[in-house]
Amino acid sequence: MAVKTIAGKEVQVNEEGYMTNPAEWTKEIAVEIAKEEGIAELTPEHWKIIEFCREAASSSGAVPTLRAITSGSGVSTKDLFALFPKGPAKKVARIAGLGKPEGCV
Amino acid sequence: MKTFLILGAGTGGTMMANKLAKRLDPKEWKIILVDRDVTHYYQPGFLFLPFGYYKPEDIFKSKGKFVPSGVEFVVSDIELIDPEASKVTLLKDKRVICYDQLLIATGTDIHPEEIEGMMDAGWRKNIFDFYTFEGAMALNGFLKNFNGGRVVLNIAEMPIKCPVAPLEFMYLADYYFTQRGIRNKVELVYTTPLSGAFTKPTASKMLGDVMEKKHIHTEADFNIMEVDSGKNLLKSYDGREIEYDLLVTVPTNMGSDVIKRSGMGDVLNYVPTNKQTLRSEKYENVWVVGDASNIPASKAGSVVHYAAETLIENILSAIEGKPLTAAFDGHSTCHIVSGFQKSLLIDFSYEVEPLPGLYPFPVVGPFPLLKESWFNYLGKLSFKWIYWNIMLRGIPFPLPPSYSIAGKKRIELA
Repeated sequence: MAVKTIAGKEVQVNEEGYMTNPAEWTKEIAVEIAKEEGIAELTPEHWKIIEFCREAASSSGAVPTLRAITSGSGVSTKDLFALFPKGPAKKVARIAGLGKPEGCV
Repeated sequence: MKTFLILGAGTGGTMMANKLAKRLDPKEWKIILVDRDVTHYYQPGFLFLPFGYYKPEDIFKSKGKFVPSGVEFVVSDIELIDPEASKVTLLKDKRVICYDQLLIATGTDIHPEEIEGMMDAGWRKNIFDFYTFEGAMALNGFLKNFNGGRVVLNIAEMPIKCPVAPLEFMYLADYYFTQRGIRNKVELVYTTPLSGAFTKPTASKMLGDVMEKKHIHTEADFNIMEVDSGKNLLKSYDGREIEYDLLVTVPTNMGSDVIKRSGMGDVLNYVPTNKQTLRSEKYENVWVVGDASNIPASKAGSVVHYAAETLIENILSAIEGKPLTAAFDGHSTCHIVSGFQKSLLIDFSYEVEPLPGLYPFPVVGPFPLLKESWFNYLGKLSFKWIYWNIMLRGIPFPLPPSYSIAGKKRIELA
């Protein structure tokens, strides 16, 4: 566990760079992490997924997996990969200030 | 008379039937165990079938052999679970069983149809799974006549049953083709949606090193989009294309259809389960063991074995109206066969990833963790006997079920 300054705010992160307290998250932090993940600008389509994931995580207690995002948000896997290239579930989780999706056990 | 109903007579259901038969008062409780078929497969053996290291007859027995006396064993499909009314309808004779306590142990199955093109013309021609008896045997037939080319293994999505099995498959393929003297004519490619060889960082690094040593190429972050079996091509969502001569698939794993029909599952038909008490999140008289649950532990027999210790205590507490005090820690122990009469061992929990060291005791071990050894391989071979004679019969090991950090070392990853 370490403290990192993102968008001028000190937040707790784990060894893989995921924030550990979703309450510390702000939209400014999301923009910064997105840049680290190679996404220059967050569009309304990006925000829709980010907000879906934050809501899903707070209501179920579990960070949504790729399958949970596609079946819950109605956005296709292909579109998700276009929005968040390479690993959408992991990328969105990081940007949304959530832990790594638990599908990976 | 009260009814304790168990759905599924696989590893978890059978083990729990044995434990419950010992602990519940037969004058007060009737135990019913339901399964759709009569054959119990030793599933770790599926890994060895394709290479001919086990014969088919080595790995199955009749389920009835493991049902304790006093337990009614019913062979039938399950039509529906109605947890609101505490009743289950079976397909056979439309029998309705009203239960006081229910244990769901319906496991997980592969769903190759979830991936576009997987089940087209190439299915069971040069595309095989090894998570079913039929798939593993068909692959065995193919490998006997395979004399070289590119072998690609793909993991479709996580979680999967026995997350180390695909790695073991690659290690054993390297060994098998070496034994046949054609290793130089075979290219081995491992494609995974994970960022490395395994799910947790230390094990991923160390198991990845073994991959490199064996000249197995890892294609990480590979999320399969479709299979083009006309062109023998595997395509990922990020535009990568990989040609194969043999495709070994570990398809999407999902919980049983009856869980879906009954409206009790998550997106993958796994039952939402409290990861510590192992009780259903929603119903007080419903319990879940093994692969059928959504707990964030490996879907593996060792997890079932450790979890069963917690589960029996909590079930008995609930029946007596006491609070649930036993808490499962996610303990998992896995053998990773690496070929050449060697094997690795990993031991971990919800909180602590697999680490190097010695197991089960510090200093004396005798089993080294995250390291190839012949001694571990002996452990793996003897496990088949332990499975049939101790585990399934619900007999506790002379080892604590809880995870222990003793004997393990944290290391710096480069």
